[in-house]
Amino acid sequence: MNINATLLGQALWFALFIWLTMKYVWPPIQKAMQDRQKQIADGLAAGEKGRQELEAAAEKVTLELQKAKEQANDILAQADKRAGEIVEEAKSSAKNEGDRIVAAAKAEIEQEVNRAKEQLRAQVAALAVSGAEKILKKEIDTKAHAEILRSLESELG
Amino acid sequence: MASTGAQTSGEYIAHHLQNLHVGHGFWSVHLDTLIVSGVLGLLSFGLMMVVARKAQSGIPSGVQNFVEMVVSIVDEQVRDTFHAKSALVTPLAITIFVWVFLMNAMDLIPVDFLPETAKVAGVEYLKVVPTTDLNLTFGMSFTVFLMMLAFNFKYKGVGGFLKEALTVPFGKYLFPVNLLFRIIEDIAKPISLALRLFGNMYAGEMVFILLAVLMGVSYWWIPAGAVLSLGWALFHILIITLQAFVFMMLTVVYMSMAAEHH
Repeated sequence: MNINATLLGQALWFALFIWLTMKYVWPPIQKAMQDRQKQIADGLAAGEKGRQELEAAAEKVTLELQKAKEQANDILAQADKRAGEIVEEAKSSAKNEGDRIVAAAKAEIEQEVNRAKEQLRAQVAALAVSGAEKILKKEIDTKAHAEILRSLESELG
Repeated sequence: MASTGAQTSGEYIAHHLQNLHVGHGFWSVHLDTLIVSGVLGLLSFGLMMVVARKAQSGIPSGVQNFVEMVVSIVDEQVRDTFHAKSALVTPLAITIFVWVFLMNAMDLIPVDFLPETAKVAGVEYLKVVPTTDLNLTFGMSFTVFLMMLAFNFKYKGVGGFLKEALTVPFGKYLFPVNLLFRIIEDIAKPISLALRLFGNMYAGEMVFILLAVLMGVSYWWIPAGAVLSLGWALFHILIITLQAFVFMMLTVVYMSMAAEHH
């Protein structure tokens, strides 16, 4: 149990091991641990950021969806309105067209009637002349009696 | 003990307490203490160096995880206690904790195993627990003492250190008393460090030796001795860890006292 030179040897061992730890063990391990700490902190921060972004995106999506729905409703309403208008327009133009056709037909009918009347008048005049000729047994000078014929014609009209 | 029936109990115990030494007087050395502590240190710190070299900040491997766990426990203690900036204190604390723990752990190897093996190899004496050698504990505490002095000078300067030594705690008029107190206080630190570790480990080793003696008395005692040895070994796991921790912690406290102004 005596103190001897072993003490110095042990002090040297001790100093050597302290030096090894100080130089080659502690700094790399400390660096690795600090780096990992930083990585973890960064990762957590990134995760938090991602979560916030996701939340914001979800909010935006809801907003956009709402907007789109409103737009769709607007478009639907507009389309409804437009369809009604188109139907109205079609109705009125059809009615106009019908009226126009009816009017044209009426005018034609009137024309036909007039023409028939005209023919009839001419034929009646001719008939009357020939009747008168037969009555008078004598040819009427159409040129001389044109005046009379014309007044007859107008009487028949 | 059983295999060395020719010995008396006294001889057996004395044999176990004898270091393997060469030389005479002060200039003799305990080869067993030097070799066992050196091999343990080279193995553990070599392993830690290899791990540290390959240390990566990603997912740590099993060994790296273990080393980091030990290192960060020590570092936490240091940061709680030592507030000045120093690149030395944490490595110092790591060295002490790991090395002292491993040397203490040699105590858990059955007392006769290594000495009897060595005897077969022709080595007469072998004391396997280096921390039961006062030379080792004083060698360490002496180194710590030198570092304490260095820290005093480094952080307080020569003038600051002298002023503190002369005026604390009773003021400048009682400087001889202050100086005496300071010298006693500072010398008591390494002595208490060394003797505490030595005493605990020596006593623990002694209990193992005595239990081995008990088992050698007669075959009837072997079961009781075995159970008691196992119990003491389990309890000893606590003691070796605690003593390594205490040596480390007190060293950090002393360094902190040396670095900070009172």
